[in-house]
Amino acid sequence: MTVLFERLGASTLNSITTLGRAVLFLLRVIAGCGEWVRRPGLLMRELYSVGVLTLVIIVVSGLFVGMVLSLQGYYTLVDFGAEQSLGVLVALSLTRELGPVVTALLFAGRAGSALTAEIGLMKATEQLAGMEMMAVDPERRVIAPRLAAAFISLPLLAVIFTLLGIIGAYIVGTALLGVDAGAFWSQMQAQVSFGDDVLNGVIKSLLFGLVAGWIAVFNGYDCMPTSHGVSRATTRTVVVTSLAVLALDFVLTALMFD
Amino acid sequence: MENSRRVDLAVGAFVAAGLAALFVLAMQVSNITAFQRAEGYTVVGYFQNVGGLRERAPVRLGGVQIGRVSDIELDQSRFEARVAMTIAQDYNDLPSDTAASIRTSGLLGEQYISLEPGGMPDALSEGDELMLTQSALVLEDIIGQFLYNQGAGGSE
Repeated sequence: MTVLFERLGASTLNSITTLGRAVLFLLRVIAGCGEWVRRPGLLMRELYSVGVLTLVIIVVSGLFVGMVLSLQGYYTLVDFGAEQSLGVLVALSLTRELGPVVTALLFAGRAGSALTAEIGLMKATEQLAGMEMMAVDPERRVIAPRLAAAFISLPLLAVIFTLLGIIGAYIVGTALLGVDAGAFWSQMQAQVSFGDDVLNGVIKSLLFGLVAGWIAVFNGYDCMPTSHGVSRATTRTVVVTSLAVLALDFVLTALMFD
Repeated sequence: MENSRRVDLAVGAFVAAGLAALFVLAMQVSNITAFQRAEGYTVVGYFQNVGGLRERAPVRLGGVQIGRVSDIELDQSRFEARVAMTIAQDYNDLPSDTAASIRTSGLLGEQYISLEPGGMPDALSEGDELMLTQSALVLEDIIGQFLYNQGAGGSE
């Protein structure tokens, strides 16, 4: 019994310590952002591997999510004779929720895991220690540009995802299901507001970008420098990012849309 | 060197695509021009019952949208709903005795405010109150009235 309590206490203390380390780490990295502002080449390379290479999966899944939404939405709406509102349904669900959230989940799987594995391997092969030996701060040189790249790429990816989803829904809705194209766009334009819906979606994805990038780089930087440790850190990145994004999304939705 | 230029090009294209997508979302999906046209003057009307009217619902005159509902709240002293409507600056010559009624587009559609112009020579301006208002039709009331009339007719 005592052992049980000891373990419980130890693991609680452990997670709180990790959280504290993560927050201090984030503050140090943000403070070290001057490095990539002065040398934009560092950021460019990370934007390429984090953003551009994630584009393909975002484009393809955006199209398919929009198409599926369109199909399912149509079957529900047509019973009420409201299939003209298909555009509104798809556009609101994509701009407010699905765009930012699904993009962040895909981002965690495609880019977040890669970031953790890369940094973890750098640590395991003592490249980070080597940098410190040469008086190069790895937090500024390696971590800060990667976090910035995640923060910048995720909103751009989410906006592209949303737009392609709406295009996919438009194609399925008008060509396959016979919804009037004019009504699709005009009802959407009448109901979707730029300030309330589109901008709030972008704000969400900015926060998701920060959270996803933070979890990915921290897990890489904090992992045990062994092959087992790197693999566990990579898994943890995907799991923790997904949970954090979903929980944060609930809070943000409750705050933003009344 | 060549490699780094390719990376720059790809990143530039990526950022441009993202910004272009945001632009298209703004213009095509949310129609930011209609959003800006909501800048205008505000008039208020008091309704006994606004039914399902919501903020941002259209304000129409003769079927043409000329503004939006900007605010709905309960007036504590009159116990009526105070509805503020923002009407586009282009339509600043509405008669001051214009009447407002809450209508429904179609059987199940959204509710909107329909304006009916009066005949007074002076125009509505910022902060004016619409004196003639007609509340939303509440289906339960109509059914109740119908049943009551049926009952009254049957006893004769």
